Amino acid sequence: MKIIVCVKQVPDTSGKVAVKPDGTLDRASMQTITNPDDLNAVEAALKLKDETGCEVIVVTMGPPPAEGMLRELLARGADRAVLISAREFGGSDTYATSQIIAAAIDHMGLENDDIVFCGRQAIDGDTAQVGPQIAEKLGLPQVTYAQDIKKDGDSLTIQRALEDGYMTIKVKTPCLITCIKELNEPRYMSVGGIYEAYEKPMEVYDYNLLKDNPLIDVNNIGLAGSPTNILISFTPPQKGAGQMLEGADQATCDKLAGILAEKHII
Amino acid sequence: MEFKLSREQELVRKMVREFTENEIAPIAAETDRTSQYPAQTIDDLFRYGVMGMIVPKEYGGAGADDLSGAIAIEEISKACASTGDIVATHNGLCCGPIIAYGTEEQKQKYLPMLTKGRKVGAFCLTEADAGSDASKGTTTAVLDGDHYVLNGSKIFITNGYVADIFVVFAMTDPSKGTKGISAFIVEKDFPGFAVGKHEVKMGLHGSPTAEIIFQDCIVPKENLLGVEGKGFSIAMATLDGGRIGIAAQALGIAEGAYQEAMDFAKVRVQFGRPIAKFQNSQFVFADMYVGIEAGQLLTYKAAVAKMTQKRFTVEAATAKLFCSEMANKVTTKALQMCGGYGYTNDYPLERMMRDAKITEIYEGTSEIQRVVISGNILR
Repeated sequence: MKIIVCVKQVPDTSGKVAVKPDGTLDRASMQTITNPDDLNAVEAALKLKDETGCEVIVVTMGPPPAEGMLRELLARGADRAVLISAREFGGSDTYATSQIIAAAIDHMGLENDDIVFCGRQAIDGDTAQVGPQIAEKLGLPQVTYAQDIKKDGDSLTIQRALEDGYMTIKVKTPCLITCIKELNEPRYMSVGGIYEAYEKPMEVYDYNLLKDNPLIDVNNIGLAGSPTNILISFTPPQKGAGQMLEGADQATCDKLAGILAEKHII
Repeated sequence: MEFKLSREQELVRKMVREFTENEIAPIAAETDRTSQYPAQTIDDLFRYGVMGMIVPKEYGGAGADDLSGAIAIEEISKACASTGDIVATHNGLCCGPIIAYGTEEQKQKYLPMLTKGRKVGAFCLTEADAGSDASKGTTTAVLDGDHYVLNGSKIFITNGYVADIFVVFAMTDPSKGTKGISAFIVEKDFPGFAVGKHEVKMGLHGSPTAEIIFQDCIVPKENLLGVEGKGFSIAMATLDGGRIGIAAQALGIAEGAYQEAMDFAKVRVQFGRPIAKFQNSQFVFADMYVGIEAGQLLTYKAAVAKMTQKRFTVEAATAKLFCSEMANKVTTKALQMCGGYGYTNDYPLERMMRDAKITEIYEGTSEIQRVVISGNILR
């Protein structure tokens, strides 16, 4: 049994966000972090590893420096890593990216008891499309927004979060699950893990390795081949300064009601 | 000379920093106010391999190097010097001498307990009448068949009332002075072992300090650490390593105080502008920065010396002396920067200032560091 976790290196949005003239993010000039939901996906995999002793493989598509993120995930306890990296893959949108990652997973080979975990969505694009698209390309059943996962033999019982509750879904492996932050509390790296991280295997999957995979259409990858075109990207105007009222007394409440009435909110 | 951390050292810093910001910083003030031993934090630090990190992998540790060990204590102490002290004592003063002087059997038995077994360690050298003059201890160990019988008491023992495993120094031959001192590994469950007075201290309220009493305490013969009569040199060499930990702790306290003062000075407006815009503040920050940079270089140099040299006594004493005095200056200046707010316990600076003081005292006072340094450079 193996668990493949798809992860993405994203800009640290607590720092400065830079945009290139073509409208895409200037990733080189920004600090990066592992996408937060992906850490929940990694934790879900590591929990299953703690229970079953299965293998956990972390996979990302990105430029060579993404190795640093993969090493950190190895230091948390993943067993090996795959970095999908090639110039031809650069600038891919979700449609192109999911083809490439699906081809990489296909290359690794999925067996009956294998599971693919993804984060719900990445904080840079916020599309939540890549996980479900990978499942479609691979012909896997998928369950999104997992807030609880229990393994029982060759099936998983998953609580899928909804806005006003949850639904329980039983799914057979192999399958793809997208994870949300309510699922778990990601563990930290451990010191022992850090000292093993650079000794664990890391493979690079390049263009030549994947280009002939039947899941990839080489005309539909990279910036040029991606069906998505960015029309415009802009920084939204700042909201005006808020007004704070303090106190729980009648006068403060009256004042608040007055302000809201004045703005025709109530 | 290359001023660059290894990939592993960088990751240890990142990992401990994240852990400290999320798990230690939020409870540091409460830990101080209630004098509560941070049991959950220490258990988590075992889980993540920080407790016992320098223990080799084959004995259950992470096999981390000494510079990573110092960086971990520095990062923890930025938020909570008490937790930094607990870790520094466990790693440097208990695991350290067992790694360096333990027999294969002792390492196989005790190091896994001090790592995977989550048992806390301590170091018992100081006595009521033997502080800086550690050679004047009166605790005795008398061989009686297959065991030693220990009698006496030790004071100011960090981790005293939470530890399970103690490295203890006692006189096996009082007529020989320092050459009559031997080291032992003592478990708290050995007959005749007792914990005495819990100390109430100026700072480090979360770090449990106690008196340890040996009353006909039975210690198996195989728990002699190193050779009989070599205890004093084991103690001195262990303290050389421990001083790097205290230098790192003092450095961390200073860095924490510096950051607090900077955050305050940038938003505190007086006379129409943030106080960071006044030249006096700017010069104070420049001086604090220089002190911290110098302290970090000395501490890291001492840690690297421990990794690469046979002797690192002067490097460790230099780092410890400089960083502890620097931390006292920096915490005082940082508190002053925050004025009345700094003096209240709404801000961490009064705690940091109280915590910084001990670094000039334990594991050799500043005066003893000067004795060690001058004794080596004036040969």
